[in-house]
Amino acid sequence: MNSPTLNTPRDSWQWTAGRPETTSGWLGYAALALAIGWVLHWSAGGAQMSWGELANGMPQIGDFLARSVPPDLDILPRLWAPALETIQIAIWGTLLSVVLALPLSFVAASNLHGWHWLRRTTRQFLNVVRSINELILALVFVSAVGLGPFPGVLALALHGMGMLAKFFAEAIEEIDDGPLQALRSAGASQLQVIAFGVVPQVITAWIAVVLYRFEVNLRSATVLGMVGAGGLGFELVSSLKLFRYQETATCIIVITVMVIAADMVSNWLRNRIQQGPRH
Amino acid sequence: MITIRNLRKSYGSNHVLHGIDMDVKAGEFVVMLGLSGAGKSTLLRCMNGLNQPDSGTLQVGGIDLMQTHSRRELARHVAMVFQHHNLVQRLSVRKNVLTGRLGQVGTLASVLQFFKHSDIALADQCLERVGLAHKALERTEALSGGQMQRVGIARALAQQPQVILADEPVASLDPKTARRVLQYLRDATREMGIAVVCNLHQVDYAKEFGDRIVGLSQGRMVFDGTPAQLDDAALNAIYSTDAQPADSATSASHSVHAPTGPWHAGNAQLATSAGAM
Repeated sequence: MNSPTLNTPRDSWQWTAGRPETTSGWLGYAALALAIGWVLHWSAGGAQMSWGELANGMPQIGDFLARSVPPDLDILPRLWAPALETIQIAIWGTLLSVVLALPLSFVAASNLHGWHWLRRTTRQFLNVVRSINELILALVFVSAVGLGPFPGVLALALHGMGMLAKFFAEAIEEIDDGPLQALRSAGASQLQVIAFGVVPQVITAWIAVVLYRFEVNLRSATVLGMVGAGGLGFELVSSLKLFRYQETATCIIVITVMVIAADMVSNWLRNRIQQGPRH
Repeated sequence: MITIRNLRKSYGSNHVLHGIDMDVKAGEFVVMLGLSGAGKSTLLRCMNGLNQPDSGTLQVGGIDLMQTHSRRELARHVAMVFQHHNLVQRLSVRKNVLTGRLGQVGTLASVLQFFKHSDIALADQCLERVGLAHKALERTEALSGGQMQRVGIARALAQQPQVILADEPVASLDPKTARRVLQYLRDATREMGIAVVCNLHQVDYAKEFGDRIVGLSQGRMVFDGTPAQLDDAALNAIYSTDAQPADSATSASHSVHAPTGPWHAGNAQLATSAGAM
């Protein structure tokens, strides 16, 4: 009744991991390992990876850290306004990017219409927008509308649009087509199909992406100040330039607290949305 | 209500419908039987304007589907019940039924979630008819499979159609639930005078619920009669696969199961494969 292998005391091991069964298979793996090793070596040369210098530089890093502690908490009242400004930049940057991304995402999704050229053009446009760094966009907008937080908002809005439209469109492409068919057969117009069939199916995914984008924007808004586009970044950079590392440390602490708070709020919101009923 | 004459449809060189003739009277419950690939779904989709036939006559609720027609206009006459109910899971049950009204209400108001009281009352009546009035405000994804299909029926009723087309509406339900769903479909449509064309795979349900049964085999109508007329010879005609060349290799086993239809085919194959082992 019992299988003999279970009862024998010498129950040996068997290796069940997937592995090549032929010599040529093993040779293929060896070639792959060599190729990966060569790529790593090659890029280490280009990136001038030098662990020795890092080890030699440790004292300087230690010195930097030593001069950063204790953080100068006396400047906290002065950071209050730029911190709020950072949040305000992130809120409007996120909102504008959502507004811009919504219509584009319906065009960029492959399952709502049959104009392939239009979809491909939109996707390429989004790729181009995404490939431009926020800092560079901020520089462009600073020269266009002047110093201050507004160019920061515009930079986040444009870059966020590229990312959000792509993710929105991917969420649309994953939905179940059955309900859309049912709505069309009930005589629904394209706009009704979107409102009753598409949006309810993607809304949670969209909100999750928007909340994530808000976190990203909050972090980005802190560095936009480096190019004069408002927020905490300006304080951060000026304290660095003046070698007041204790103030820099305080700036970094404030930024960290803000990002953690944003993460907690967005987690809470996500849970609420997934549980709450929807009519 | 439905008039079909010499209807033909092919996908490339694959002829799916070889000249179908069929009439459905108002309020009639017609069950369509046939093997998978016999053309049942294609015929239903043609009747709902989802597929365009190649030639013939096809009129549903007074609309000539061979001519260009408006989707919204067709939705006033024909509603569809799908195999996988095709409800929007995250909407409430009532909202799903209300989507049956979308073809008959203004786009802007409905997109902004405004519906007339009469439409909401109608949706609730339709839910009442499938015994789910108490679930109106619940989220659809919380329902069981049978309840979801009943909501699908309520949505079709909310279109106030003259014809409901049901494409294997109980294929993924257990027998008890399936019978209950079909009862709701038959009772509601009978009371409201709606004609039904329903694809089924279960012969006993066809006999129990159909006023009339039609049988399709390889794109041709091979049976059209009352449930009482559906005898073994008729079933054999519907489910016979003799004419398909792909099956010629297994023709020897036909003598085993031919008299009783395809339900023993599986057993016969099991027996054959067991013998081979």
